[in-house]
Amino acid sequence: MQILTPQQLRIKRIKHITTRAAFYALVVAIVLFSVFPFYYAIVTSMQTSSELFEVSYWVEHLNWENYQAVMGQSSFVSSIGNSILISTLVVAISILFGLTAAYALGRVDFKGRGPILTIVLGVSMFPQVAVLSGLFEVIRALNIYNNPLGLVFSYTIFTLPFTVWVLTTFMRQLPKELEEAAIVDGATPWVTIFKVFMPLLWPAMATTGLLAFIAAWNEFLFALTFTLTDDQRTVPVAIALISGGSAYELPWGIIMAASVIVTVPLVVLVLIFQRRIVSGLTAGAVKG
Amino acid sequence: MADSSSQSIATMPPLDEPRRGNLSKSRIRAAWTFITPMLVLLALVAGWPLLRTIWFGFTDASFSDLSSMQWIGFANYLDYEDGEWYGLLADSQWWGAVWNTLYFTVITVSAELVLGTIIALTLNANFVGRGIVRAAILIPWAIPTIVSAKMWGWMLHDQFGIINHLLMTVGFIDTPLAWTADPDLSMWAVIMVDIWKTTPFMALLILAALQMLPSDCYEAAKVDGIHPVKVFFKVTLPLITPAVMVAVIFRALDALRVFDLIYVLTSNSTETMSMSVYARQQLVEFQDVGYGSAASTMLFLIIALITIAYLYLGRKHLGDD
Repeated sequence: MQILTPQQLRIKRIKHITTRAAFYALVVAIVLFSVFPFYYAIVTSMQTSSELFEVSYWVEHLNWENYQAVMGQSSFVSSIGNSILISTLVVAISILFGLTAAYALGRVDFKGRGPILTIVLGVSMFPQVAVLSGLFEVIRALNIYNNPLGLVFSYTIFTLPFTVWVLTTFMRQLPKELEEAAIVDGATPWVTIFKVFMPLLWPAMATTGLLAFIAAWNEFLFALTFTLTDDQRTVPVAIALISGGSAYELPWGIIMAASVIVTVPLVVLVLIFQRRIVSGLTAGAVKG
Repeated sequence: MADSSSQSIATMPPLDEPRRGNLSKSRIRAAWTFITPMLVLLALVAGWPLLRTIWFGFTDASFSDLSSMQWIGFANYLDYEDGEWYGLLADSQWWGAVWNTLYFTVITVSAELVLGTIIALTLNANFVGRGIVRAAILIPWAIPTIVSAKMWGWMLHDQFGIINHLLMTVGFIDTPLAWTADPDLSMWAVIMVDIWKTTPFMALLILAALQMLPSDCYEAAKVDGIHPVKVFFKVTLPLITPAVMVAVIFRALDALRVFDLIYVLTSNSTETMSMSVYARQQLVEFQDVGYGSAASTMLFLIIALITIAYLYLGRKHLGDD
């Protein structure tokens, strides 16, 4: 081992401290970059309209006027209801169709499996606008225009392929013996899926379900095009359409209050769920 | 106990061919029963609408009345009349939208790749508070695009926005900038917000790839005293490239169909108009379903072409290895 002079030791220590400091500066920068816009939205949502003319970095006093104003609008409240209803139904349909299709695609060897998986992957790459006019016609024909059901129907275009794809991957990893045991016991495929596989697939279903929920909650193009009246809107459209006296005087305090209301539940969900995703990833990494 | 179990094995009929055939046949039948509903739904929601959109592109259909339309051939795409070219392919605004979309895609995806790698490498290190940072970077990802467009629209406000305030306090600018209205700046405003919104996705995918790496190469490199930067470019980068390329193609496909962010942040300004915004404007606002569908079809073809080219090149590249 090489012996260092006191001076060399000092240089080494200074070098170590500066790298540490630079590293933590980077960490702080990353956190600020990620969190600041949302934080600033909260600050703005607590300001009165005259306070908006001054930039302030802190919440100076708790002022719920903007929140009361937003929640006092019946159309905004109904748009929250619509978004919850639509996203929940989309998740339920995607999981149900996705789980059964994933069983077939992941566990059974049959001709046409490869092409079907390719089609499913292809659909997930569709630009939404490419189906807009055709889907508009279908929705009008099914008589679900300006109706939450029309959005539930159209949202399956992006949630279903993704759910099928992910659940198939998970389904494939389950041990073969489980299914063989079920077959020996005379279980039908339906029973096999719901009694044998489903309990094992909860984590995967929770992940895909949450992602489908967020995708449906955030969708904008279809919601904007396939609804007409304020009481049928979803939350993103309602926020995009909040307007003031003119284009130059948007009620920013109210817009930010509405933004915070619809984002907080999502952020909470993701933060709770994040531990699960991360622990899954690290467990895989440790084993790998 | 032992007797009964050995007996049950003995009495179980051997898995002869016909029986196994029946079993797998009934399984295949069950598989198709399960797949059919999904395929029907996808056909209704994606396949048929796509075919109709392509069909509308050859007609003069209008949004208010889709039933009365006439076949007009390629006139929506290109038409020659009285010594002038008309149609999508002769429309400079469409080509502007194509250029905007490609420009937006290349810049945002590259920036997200670089920033995502930096964030992933940071998160891959061991430090106090790593969990909090990982949670923090998920926030932009979880916020609806519309909400982030509004949040940034307010932060970038020309008179009362905090970004102008900050830049003026620091002394970078003397007068407030009109980020979302100035033709030279609006595209950069859109790019900035998109980078903020989607870098976390990239970072998490790269982080997942990093955590799959075997630790022994790093130990070997450390023993040999190789500089960490060199280790990154010689060991880490080649190992994570396949996973990163998947993330890049997903992001690129997403960026090529960008709509919400641009629509809300800069509305219908031609400087930032993407192909999706252009197509929807023609379809819904101008009620010209024929022309708008032609634009949608072109967008679909462009994305399909890029995907196929990418898959082809990817396979060829992998074949070379």
